[in-house]
Amino acid sequence: MYEGVVQNLIDELGLLPGVGPKSAQRIAFHLLAADPADVKRLAHALLEVKEKVRFCRVCGNVAAEEECRICRDQRRDPQVICVVEEPKDVVAIERTREFRGRYHVLGGAISPIDGVGPDDLKIRELMVRLADGQVTELILATDPNLEGEATATYLARLVKPLGLKVTRLASGLPVGGDLEYADEVTLGRAFEGRRLLDV
Amino acid sequence: MRWSGRKALVRGPRGRRPPGGPYDDGVSLYRDEGVVLRTQKLGEADRIITLLTRRTGKVRGVAKGVRRTKSRFGARLEPFSHVDLQLHGGRSLDVITQVETLHPYGGAIVADYPRYTAGTAMLETADRLTVGEKEPALRQFLLLVGGLRTLAEGGHEARLVLDAFFLRSLAVAGYAPALAECARCGAEAARAFAIVAGGVVCGACRPPGAAVPAAETIALMIALLRGDWAAADASEPRHRTECSGLVAAYLQWHLEHGIRSLRHVEREWPGAPEARAPGAFPWSGRSHDAGPGAAGGRPGDAEPAPDPHVFRT
Repeated sequence: MYEGVVQNLIDELGLLPGVGPKSAQRIAFHLLAADPADVKRLAHALLEVKEKVRFCRVCGNVAAEEECRICRDQRRDPQVICVVEEPKDVVAIERTREFRGRYHVLGGAISPIDGVGPDDLKIRELMVRLADGQVTELILATDPNLEGEATATYLARLVKPLGLKVTRLASGLPVGGDLEYADEVTLGRAFEGRRLLDV
Repeated sequence: MRWSGRKALVRGPRGRRPPGGPYDDGVSLYRDEGVVLRTQKLGEADRIITLLTRRTGKVRGVAKGVRRTKSRFGARLEPFSHVDLQLHGGRSLDVITQVETLHPYGGAIVADYPRYTAGTAMLETADRLTVGEKEPALRQFLLLVGGLRTLAEGGHEARLVLDAFFLRSLAVAGYAPALAECARCGAEAARAFAIVAGGVVCGACRPPGAAVPAAETIALMIALLRGDWAAADASEPRHRTECSGLVAAYLQWHLEHGIRSLRHVEREWPGAPEARAPGAFPWSGRSHDAGPGAAGGRPGDAEPAPDPHVFRT
């Protein structure tokens, strides 16, 4: 146990995800030894992120203004919407530089066992976006786990009457891996999603 | 490799292992088959997996690194998976070291939304009914595997499969409702259903607040409990709705706990109007609440059910 303020700092750091008591203690002593200007900059960044960052009113992504950078960008294709679970999924897809459409962040996935149903996600907002008829394709990029698949199934059924092209991200073998080490579920999916090689 | 005093303490010397448990062969590794009930994220890339196993009962194990795309068995440890696995006994949580898929029910279940919501309610119920960890629950395990198989095959309406699972789970736990005769006096002319009494009751024994379901609803409950699918499939939607309400209320009263998934179970069958929760979106009709007059009380006598752990289809 340390003096009051130091222990307070350790306790607060220990609440962060992935930070245990030992790591919290190490970070606290690093901050104590650090230059005061560096610590002030960190404190300012923490306060600023809570004050300025909000959720985009169109897509639900994190944004510094009313609309996020992607929704404001006129060069992005408004006819294609990629549906993801979390804002960090937007960053992952943006890193590929393959997708030039827009996004919709649901804020999670349907998980009845955790008490999360369709009403708890931003599905109503998605339906409002689709209602104007401008969108022609909906890409379902929810996680390739059970909750993500269930959410994709639910959305596909929901938008079916709108006559949109609904696609799901492919899943299968990771690039750079060996076939013999793939589990049967992943390998089965790879077979399902095989494509024609037109050479 | 550096010797770790802490690890040696966790494992303990062979002579100190409790006899009769899964470790009584003197090795902390054990193998079992189980159904994945739920998963929880742990740390950076791990998951805590809750399983209902054939020999050991409910087990909570850590699956290390399964959230990484390079994981060799992450896909096998999704809910609904029936797997053969090897675990290493730990102090509080066991560590899952190997997994092989026996039946990947998840794919077929998740492809249909009503099946998925019914399936999650089955998993949650199995989790709640097996309270203690590492206490063998073979009948519950067999019932769950049979229920998931029936659900995945899609031969019957998902909600009927769910209600059959609830009734038989209650029977396995010793809470089967009395359906053929009065739960209190044994009289045959029983029409009202009282959870307080433990099933149907006659006019003389009827407590205040007892529901009076249609005779067809009680017949449906009997059919589901006995595995008479021809009769269950031929039932009318309104009787199914009434049956679901009564069964859900009866189950939750005995569990002394609500089943969270029930709120999201879709009631949907061909030609039937969707029952909608107040304020729900027009495209998300559901609700699986208790039927009218299905209020609490105390458990009643159990109706003998023919082999409830065998999920006949």
